[in-house]
Amino acid sequence: MIDDSDIAALLGRLCPMFVLLDNTGHIKNVGPTLQKLRPDQDMPGQRFLDLFELLRPRTVTTMPALLASAGAKLHLRFRDQPQTALKGLIVPLPGRQGAAVNLSFGISILDAVRDYALTSADFSGTDLAIELLYLVEAKSAAMEASRTLNLRLQGAMIAAEEQAFTDTLTGLKNRRAMDHILERLLKAGTPFALMHLDLDFFKSVNDTLGHAAGDHVLQQVARIMVEETRGDDTVARIGGDEFVLIFKLLQDRERLDSIARRLITRLEEPMPFSGDLCRISASIGTVLSSQVTWPDPGTFLQSADLALYAAKRAGRACHCFYSQDLDQNADQNRVPSRANAEPEA
Amino acid sequence: MHGLINRAIQSFVCNTYGQSRWIRVTEAAHLGFVEFEAMLVYDDETSQRVLHELCAELGRPRGEILEDLGTYLVSNPNTEALRRLLRFGGVSYVEFLHSLDDLADRALLAVSDLHLPELELHEHKPAEFTLTCHPGLPGYANVMIGVLRAMADDYGALVMLHHNGSQEQTETISIKLIETAFAEGRRFELGARAV
Repeated sequence: MIDDSDIAALLGRLCPMFVLLDNTGHIKNVGPTLQKLRPDQDMPGQRFLDLFELLRPRTVTTMPALLASAGAKLHLRFRDQPQTALKGLIVPLPGRQGAAVNLSFGISILDAVRDYALTSADFSGTDLAIELLYLVEAKSAAMEASRTLNLRLQGAMIAAEEQAFTDTLTGLKNRRAMDHILERLLKAGTPFALMHLDLDFFKSVNDTLGHAAGDHVLQQVARIMVEETRGDDTVARIGGDEFVLIFKLLQDRERLDSIARRLITRLEEPMPFSGDLCRISASIGTVLSSQVTWPDPGTFLQSADLALYAAKRAGRACHCFYSQDLDQNADQNRVPSRANAEPEA
Repeated sequence: MHGLINRAIQSFVCNTYGQSRWIRVTEAAHLGFVEFEAMLVYDDETSQRVLHELCAELGRPRGEILEDLGTYLVSNPNTEALRRLLRFGGVSYVEFLHSLDDLADRALLAVSDLHLPELELHEHKPAEFTLTCHPGLPGYANVMIGVLRAMADDYGALVMLHHNGSQEQTETISIKLIETAFAEGRRFELGARAV
């Protein structure tokens, strides 16, 4: 006949976190590793449920109830600090002699080895704890190396995007590309016309229907502008809802005006987006290369800007050509008292 | 060759001989870059070129440099993570030696495209072993001698190591364990984290 101390010695080697309970639920023996977690208090003699709080099944508060949960996975933790979480399994001993419980750390192993300075000698040879710890460390190290690489790649991607000439949302040229083209045309003295187009009511689409709707509208706007222009014209998105169209070798005001009106008309057609209709419009200012005597890109774009704001002031959905009068108005508007100035659109 | 291995060489050279010498090596080897990425894979030929230029730069034989690399990997605080992973192999130096049989598999478990050559430990008498390094990574045995020596220090064991040469690219190292508890050794806590 094997006695209690033999069983305890056997269990201690096989599962160093075992607990032997008597039939009143008091601890008779514990494994060396479990005792190591509370070096200052002798576990034998204490009531199991006073030492541990049962988290699942929660209703268990008595020894018979504990025994009834044999076979089920127990989730428990120490009642005092540190409240290390444990998993357990209880098996009743034959002849109403109490029960054996085997405990393990589960996922709390990472904190436990640190909190209690455990070593591999504290785990049984078949326990996968050491392998788990190895894996966590190995994977963390590998993940750290990957993260460093990702950060570097992300930096490279941002740098590449900054050097790119395409607006990723619409596929149109971006501001940088437009600057290059404008500078080249001005340097070569090629005649051209430049339209500055600003969407009206775009902000309200964004605000009421969301950014996905806004993005969809910008893509439709881009498509329409590409359709309404020739292959060697330039269409660029230079800001949130601001676009520039450059027409090479075109100076004909009538043609330009009809292109601008057609653009506005088509942009005003409601655009369906997931069950809603997005309604926008556009204002356009146009400047001809022959109108500007001092051909640098900055003043050129400023002239287009003035024409655009003249269009906005004329009410939305308008097209305005640049004229020298606008420069004078602009100068007047810079005077501190703006009594005669109309409110900005 | 895996970026981790190239990166190990880079780290060793920079920390032992200084960054300027490493940059000279990368230029002589026509790398076109200075930093290896740990998580990318490079041509074997690239790594061989770097090693070749490194020998020229340092004026030392390849075997010696690789041995120092192995020692560096275990003993330098920069590569503490690696030392810790090796210490998971066992609580004693002998256990550690036996765990080398699983080293290639353990490496794969951590980084799925890191293929290290298989290692095989034979115990002839108590305290006398040979370690067979299978082909795949020329010079691996030299690195392993450095690793084994530094790990002996780590465990506080006293060993004699000898490179027995190679046969058909399979290299063997003989290991004689003089004393298992020669010195105190370094502490190893499961719960500590390498930084």
